[in-house]
Amino acid sequence: MSEPEKTAVIEMCGVSVGAMRDIGFTVLEDVNWSVAPGDFWAVAGQQHSGKSDFLMLSAGLMAPVQGDCKLFGTETRRFDETKLTERLRVGFVFEGGQLFNQLTIRENVALPLQYHCDLPSAGTGHEVAALLELLELTPLAEVTPANVSDNWLQRAALARALMLKPEVLLLDNPLAGLGTRHRQWWLRFLDQLWHGHAWCGGRPMTLIATTDDLRPWRNADRKFALLYDKKFFPLGAWNEVESANDPVVKELLAAPVELTS
Amino acid sequence: MRENLAKAFALANTQLIRRAQLPKSYTDLAGRKLFLFLLTLQGLVAFALITLGVMLRKSRTARNVIRPRIRQEIARAGVALLPMFIFVALALGFLVIGQTVSTLAKFGATDYLGTTMVIVVVRELGPLLAAMLVLARVGTAHVIELGTARALGEVEALEALGIDPVHYLIVPRVIGMAVGVFSLTVYLIIGALVSGYLFAFLQDVPLTPGDYFKQIAGALSWLDFALLALKTVAFGFFIAIVTCYHGLARPLRLEDVSRVAVRAVSQGVIVCVLIDALFILLYLVT
Repeated sequence: MSEPEKTAVIEMCGVSVGAMRDIGFTVLEDVNWSVAPGDFWAVAGQQHSGKSDFLMLSAGLMAPVQGDCKLFGTETRRFDETKLTERLRVGFVFEGGQLFNQLTIRENVALPLQYHCDLPSAGTGHEVAALLELLELTPLAEVTPANVSDNWLQRAALARALMLKPEVLLLDNPLAGLGTRHRQWWLRFLDQLWHGHAWCGGRPMTLIATTDDLRPWRNADRKFALLYDKKFFPLGAWNEVESANDPVVKELLAAPVELTS
Repeated sequence: MRENLAKAFALANTQLIRRAQLPKSYTDLAGRKLFLFLLTLQGLVAFALITLGVMLRKSRTARNVIRPRIRQEIARAGVALLPMFIFVALALGFLVIGQTVSTLAKFGATDYLGTTMVIVVVRELGPLLAAMLVLARVGTAHVIELGTARALGEVEALEALGIDPVHYLIVPRVIGMAVGVFSLTVYLIIGALVSGYLFAFLQDVPLTPGDYFKQIAGALSWLDFALLALKTVAFGFFIAIVTCYHGLARPLRLEDVSRVAVRAVSQGVIVCVLIDALFILLYLVT
């Protein structure tokens, strides 16, 4: 294996994560974590455990309050415009989509390609149409986000994140609020991306998803971690998650938890 | 990108001071107000410089995306406001200029007509009125749009896509508003002068159109044109800066948006008056 392939995609050392909405408030402390290329991590946490902030920091959208965070070997504290190439290797799917409300779904999906390749609207037509077709979004292409259900908004956000064919995809609670059919579709599609989808030229993708319910992510090959009480706990593989006695893990697995008086 | 916003917005964090307990004395209150004013001013200047820097540095970046957005903003801050400005120009002409013309004619002081019109309409009332109207109609919309976009996380979404929010959201608005205020001021001045004469004509003021416009043309100098252009562009630029700054200043909640909009409009009015005062000094010096 060549040297660059061994470089960790994300590496955190003694990192403290501040809240995006209130930078003075620390949501996680002393995080030590390394993500290798081709990993699929499911990071679980209850509500307000700092999942979104943790993921934003992982994507280089926030600087750590303390410690070192590296993305492709580059410190995210200095992740400015000169590192745009590295930034574009990472795709990010926000919880709820966070699409641009004035643009249609097609325009939302086309925007990153149009902006970074300086293409007119017509110039992106073929590629955008192909991606919309792949994600079954073609009937909604000319609709604005306000008129689209949450299930499809989330999928449109995925399409936007995939437009530039990233190497790493970060997903903030992607299954939250989805119907069963959509949930199944997501899990299947993410697995395809992980193993190498034709859209990204068959290249396996590194995936990191946060979740507040571990059950749908059950898979022996995935890695799991827990955010709880301002701490990051690597849990290991699925069998270790299942055998864990931690009440929080049990809660995230929706297993019966013994109440203490 | 993130650094651009962070630099300017770190200066906007005046919440600690705003939420502090009420001061016990008037001097404390005055001190707090002054401190807030200086912090806001510092943030505004930093934001203006950052926007200028991005405008220059990224003038060739993503032109196929930014140019249509600039056209859209010019249409919004200029073309779309034209009917309202025609109405205001007519009203200004009939109510103010027409009466001034007929009064001057009554006292046989029509020789001062040109100078009066240039000082009142071209230098002062036209640009300031145009700026206020654009601030009320478009500036408010900027704060609400950007504040909502901030509250809904669209700015973070732009950053995640590697798109500079200042380049994508602010630059088109600043250019659109500068061009809009300049163009609308020209239309407002022409409309007010023409309708003013019509009002005087209806009142049988003994003044031919030729004399009226000759006097106005005689009172105008090249400096008036140059300073009018500079002043209106400055109005547009700073109104956009103030409104965009408040819209994007810091992560907002939806309930904050209306309060921030009110603050932005008040500061916009103050900035316009300060710029106007600066130009009066320039007129006096030259």
